[in-house]
Order: sequence, then structure tokens, then C-alpha cells
Amino acid sequence: MDQTEIFEKVIKILTPYVKNQDALASVTAATHILDDLKVNSARLVDVVLEFEDIFEIEIDDDDVDSVETVGNAVALIESKLG
Amino acid sequence: MSNRVVVTGLGVLAANGNGIHDFELALRKGQSGIRTNEKMIECGFGSHVAGVPRGTDELAESYFDEDLLRAMNSGHRVASIAAIDAWTDAGLARPDPADDTVDWDSGAILGTGIGGMDTIASKVVPLTDAHKVRRLGSTAVEQVMASGVSARLSGLLALGNQVTTNSSACSTGSEAISMGFERIRNGQAERMLCGGAEGASHYIWSGFDAMRVLCRKFNDEPERASRPMSASAAGFVPSAGAGVLLLENLESALGRGARIYCEIGGSAVNCGGHRGGGSMTAPNPESVQRCIKAALADAQTRPEEVGAINAHLTATGADPNEVRSWSLALGCQPQDLPPITSTKSMIGHALGAAGGIEAVASVLMLKGGFIHPSINCEDVHPEIEPYAASIPHSLRELPYLEVVVKAGFGFGDVNACLVFRKWSE
Repeated sequence: MDQTEIFEKVIKILTPYVKNQDALASVTAATHILDDLKVNSARLVDVVLEFEDIFEIEIDDDDVDSVETVGNAVALIESKLG
Repeated sequence: MSNRVVVTGLGVLAANGNGIHDFELALRKGQSGIRTNEKMIECGFGSHVAGVPRGTDELAESYFDEDLLRAMNSGHRVASIAAIDAWTDAGLARPDPADDTVDWDSGAILGTGIGGMDTIASKVVPLTDAHKVRRLGSTAVEQVMASGVSARLSGLLALGNQVTTNSSACSTGSEAISMGFERIRNGQAERMLCGGAEGASHYIWSGFDAMRVLCRKFNDEPERASRPMSASAAGFVPSAGAGVLLLENLESALGRGARIYCEIGGSAVNCGGHRGGGSMTAPNPESVQRCIKAALADAQTRPEEVGAINAHLTATGADPNEVRSWSLALGCQPQDLPPITSTKSMIGHALGAAGGIEAVASVLMLKGGFIHPSINCEDVHPEIEPYAASIPHSLRELPYLEVVVKAGFGFGDVNACLVFRKWSE
């Protein structure tokens, strides 16, 4: 799976949680998930569970702490996919 | 400080109608909302019938975005829809989620009898037992915490006054209205959304079925199953839904030119102490009578002013005692009892939501000048026979109706009584 495909899937997973739909329209790898997309921080737990299900990977709780931007999420998933 | 308190908004989701228009129409027609419940049959319940408001998930999808819906179980959904309806019915706008303005003068007391049992049973227990705690995600706590039902609403409407959830079994909804009424009367809030909500879940109802207090003799005739005051009453029919009143300081209501449904004249709550025939599951008749008398005294209303009673009446063995208690509390002979009706005859017993939904029915009756039929009691219970003339089997127009009294009595021997009065300057 290439980066573009992962990126698109990540955006699809994030979409229902996004409170700022305008930011979603111009989303890039640098877009901050909490600050820009206004995703409720408590919901990151659910987002990570969906990453695990959709990409069939396991993500440690410690790994989650490194995810701030969409690009961080894509990189983390890519590393898990090997 | 003592402020007058009026009702300026109503919201309801009930087994026989969602929204005040459809609900009032169903009440006037005596339309039952009780249906066969496949889940109860599948799980081996003795009772196969329940009252579930229809189309609530579709309604919820039109009110809330996907992120919110994920964190709203069945009780949260009906509570939030009914409360938003009451708010907008009162002419108030639903705030923009991006606007940081908090309404410090408005609050909510929204009760539930059982709470997030559906979430507990379908997610928390199975996932925890399977050692998959992590899979619970972030939304379990907010759905199972008792106060979740009111907390959800504070976010939807930016409420900044007291926001809490009360729980007093089947008197919950009535108690919530009493508490909100007092808060406004004391000058602590301008507006309070008050009432009760209960989700639809066989997990909520199974314990009642085990107690053999649910009706199991009319499984093939669901619309005839809820039979308060009937000789063939065979237990209550469980149901779900929500009923919410927007209570408002009279000055605030007049100041913004709001439509006023009625005034809350007074209220009372008490408990029978599990004495004198009272227990965890039965009311002490003396406490019932004291509660009704105290509410009338609080409202400075004489018993002869009471034009209609929306009683608790669930279709169990407690009905004859309750009718007798009303008569004793009002100090009247059986034949002089004001018209008495049971909304539960059409919608079943919505537990923590019952008081809220039935308060909405009471306000609609007062505003519309009628008392709705109490269905399924053509065969009046022999002990209620002396009061038979007071039972409306079909719609009765009461154009001069001035006072409607609503009471709720719950497990734990707890009681709540509300006095609704026609509003006039």
C-alpha cells in the first residue's frame, strides 16, 4: 500500500470525527488533527482502533502519543505495515 | 425570592407519537403504541409486548452528526431530541457549536430510572469479560455514567446553569420537574429543561419480567395489554421514550413574548420510608396522600379546584390503592373524584421517562381543555367501581379545565406530585 492510499484511508477514517469541515477540504500531511481538524482529543482512542481494524495492524499506546498531524498518522501506519 | 414559573416549551417521544402534534392527536384518539417485541420473545421473556417510540434512530440522524451519534445510546438519543424540541418549541434557537457563548441562566434536570443499561450489556460487559477492554474506545463512560443523559444536553445547548440527572425510579421525571420548578422559583435559574428519559432495551426490562410484574396475558393483543384500572389488568407494559418541559421564570417568558402553555402552581416530593404497607416495591398509602396534599398546599390550590388527574396507574395490583389515595387526599367521596386517567394505558410504563412524558400529556390536556381516554378498562376493577364515573373511556372535552394534577410513584417508596394551573395574569 503506497503513501497516497494510506493518506486517503486515514482521511476517510478521520472524517466523521472532524468538527472543522473547512480544514478537511484543504487537508495536507501537515494538518494538525486536534488543532486544525478540531477532533475531540478523547476520540483519538476510537480513531486508533479504526486504524488497527482497517489496516490490520497493532498500534501500541506509546506510539499514539507521537501522532499529532495527519502525516504522523500516515507514517506510523506505514511503519507498522512494514 | 419567589418567582412564578411557567411552561413555555414541550418535547416528547412516546410509543404512540413523536413530537407534541402527533402525541396529542394519539392521546385524543386513545391510540395505543404497544407492539409485539421480537427481542423479548427471542430471549424467553414471559411478556412479549413493549412500547417503543418509532423512528427514533432516523430522527436522531437528522438532529446529530456522526461523531455525536457514536456516543449516544438509546436513552441519550430520545432525551436529547425531546429536550431540543422543548427548547425550540419555546422559540429559543439551537446554538452554533462553534459559538463559545454559554447560557449561564439556563440549565437542565433530566432524569433516568435505569440509565445506560444497553451500553453496559452490549459493550462494557462482553468486551471486558473477553479481555478486550481497549476495544471499548472512548465513548463507554459518557454513555454509562448516570449523568450522561443531561451532560450530553449541556453541550448541545451551551447550558451554563445547573445540569444534572436525578433518579428516583418511576417518579424520576416528575421529580425532575419539581426540582427545576423550585430552582426557578428561588431565583437560581431563568430556564430549566426538566423531565425524564429511558432507552429501549430488553436488558432494562428483563429484571421486571423476572419479578413477574410485566403483563404476559395479552401477548397476542399488544394494544390491549396495558390495562390500568381494569379488572383484567395483569401487570405493566414496559416502554421507552422521553418527555421534557421547558420551565421558565414568568418575567423572562413575558419579556421575550413567549407562548405560555400553563403555570406550575406547586409541587411536592416525599418517601414512605418503607412503612405502613410501603416497601422497596410498594407505596405507603399515607405518603402518597401526604405528597398530593403537600403539592396542592404548595400551589395554594383547594382540592375542589382540581379539574383532572393524570395518575401514576400502571396496571398492577397497586391501582385500586392509588385511586383510593387520590380520593382520600382530595377529601372527596368516590363519586366526586375528578376525572382520572392513565397515559400508560396507551404508551405503557416508560419508567424514568414516565413522569416527563405524562407531564407533557398533562400540559397538553390543560392547554387544550380535554382529558384523554384511559383505554382498556371497560371492565373496571371491582375495587375501583365506586369511582367508575370519573374514568373517561373516550375523549372528554373540559373547556373550563383550570388545574391538572400529575403524580408519579416509584420503587423505593418515593413520590412526586405536580400541580399545573392555567396561566392568567
